[in-house]
Amino acid sequence: MIRLNDLKISYRIANRTIDAVDGVSLTIPDGCIVGIAGESGSGKSTLMKAIYGDIQAPMHISRGSIDYDFQGADGRPVTTQTIRRQWFKSISYIPQSSMNSLNPVIRIGRQFTDFPGTDSNKKRVLEQARTYLGKLGLPPEVMESYPHQLSGGMRQRVMIGLATFFQPDLIIADEPTTALDVVVQKEILMLLMELQEEMGNTILVVSHDMGVHYQVTHKMLIMYAGRVVEYGDTESVFGDPQHPYTKMLIDSLPTIGDDSMRGVIASAAGAGGDRAFRAEPVLVEVKPNHFVARAPQPDNVLA
Amino acid sequence: MTVILKTENLNKVYRRGGLVAGKSITALNDVNITVESDKPVVIAVVGESGSGKTTLAKTLLRLETPTSGRAIVYDTVVAGQGATPSKRAFLGLVQPIFQNPFEAFSRYRPVDAYLQETARRVAGMGDDEAEAAVAAALRSVGLDYGDVRGKYTSQFSGGELQRISVARALIPNPKLIVADEPVSMIDASRRMIIINLFKRLRDDAGRSFLYITHDLATAYYISDYIAVMNKGQVVEFGPARAVMNNPSHAYTRLLLDSIPTIKSRWRPRLAHAG
Repeated sequence: MIRLNDLKISYRIANRTIDAVDGVSLTIPDGCIVGIAGESGSGKSTLMKAIYGDIQAPMHISRGSIDYDFQGADGRPVTTQTIRRQWFKSISYIPQSSMNSLNPVIRIGRQFTDFPGTDSNKKRVLEQARTYLGKLGLPPEVMESYPHQLSGGMRQRVMIGLATFFQPDLIIADEPTTALDVVVQKEILMLLMELQEEMGNTILVVSHDMGVHYQVTHKMLIMYAGRVVEYGDTESVFGDPQHPYTKMLIDSLPTIGDDSMRGVIASAAGAGGDRAFRAEPVLVEVKPNHFVARAPQPDNVLA
Repeated sequence: MTVILKTENLNKVYRRGGLVAGKSITALNDVNITVESDKPVVIAVVGESGSGKTTLAKTLLRLETPTSGRAIVYDTVVAGQGATPSKRAFLGLVQPIFQNPFEAFSRYRPVDAYLQETARRVAGMGDDEAEAAVAAALRSVGLDYGDVRGKYTSQFSGGELQRISVARALIPNPKLIVADEPVSMIDASRRMIIINLFKRLRDDAGRSFLYITHDLATAYYISDYIAVMNKGQVVEFGPARAVMNNPSHAYTRLLLDSIPTIKSRWRPRLAHAG
């Protein structure tokens, strides 16, 4: 379980402070896939970085805290200050572009032993890694290959292999399939779902694609302008979206076999209609496990 | 009827490495597409990475020379044997829009310099004429020249910058615009602004588009014709609705089945422990 307590994350640039995440309070239960949607600049990547514990200037937590309910090697609860020691062990990260994330000059096999904290018996780790990659549908030669010799889909499988090798409690996947075409995307997403069911851990998936979210997630978190506007069970969020921004996200993309006009609301947002989606920071539970930021009130006109 | 786009046995082979130990990759393998129409159309090209979509676009844009075969755009041979038009005439007929607008424009120059340059050097306009053409092109994509003048790429969002790329492509009055993955770098909620802009330019301004994408849903939404590519070959080609509603090739069906939709799930989601 991860609890965010009134979390505010800011970037201090020159004399200006930008609040990228502005007062987020929510609880992410164990053992589920949570999808995070929202446009660029809505704060979703900043929130993921903060949960991962990768907080570097000019980014800082200016208010609130994150509670993780797992313990470090010393038996003490993990905090934002100590989470770094858990990287790859109980928390791992699948970055957006695997092309730039694997070390280009060492073979795939060595990437499994290339970080501190792995078993000192390298041979045993390599053997386990080879078996594990086989389970992920990669041929054994991959262990001896350099990243550039693999296709995008294979590299993404290797990244998923690295991120899940130690069966972490939490995996953060930032747009894990954006650069892949639809056929490979489906394979990778199916793999991720199978691994999650097997390990029973929590995965946070950031994606622009609402179709991807519907296919893989148990819960949905919709962000807008640094705030959570809607958070709830996927079935409920897609079946009965409450917030206008969520509705817009779900309705904005066309589907095959549907000839109706699309994107009308999206254009309005582009033309400065954004204010309509600015959310109040208080989440209200409208249904069991379905929270919505209080709907924006029309501005009171002063007489 | 006008031949909007026609490729005749178009082939492109890339060679890698030396003459002896080199490897050849066939990026286009006998591509034959014919689109004849009196009205401007949107032709979509879909397929996975490495299927040859971008090579087809590059060939039509004369950024690659075909190994054999030729391509015709609006009754003019533009690539391969007998390709006659001068560079300026060609750029007045076919214009590109690229995937990443942040890479298409330099960070160190104001973006309107590119629009001005296209007006002067490709369309051969004088100062006043160029000024008016740039303003008109920006207006047709829903932007005001006053808001664009003198600004750099970092001052725009991806969607705005892509609309500026469209405006730039419109200045020489081209008949066909080749758009290679024009929306893949743009937020999902803003993609439809660009897609609807293409639709409007087709219907109101008489432009044809070659829309290269791996997003089948938007391809279905705007295209009149669709070509499905796999391993350098066009495996299925025809009117978009007919192909997508009733795919006859196994690869087209695989592509359609792989789209994550919000209608039915690939596999049931088990209830989570929380």
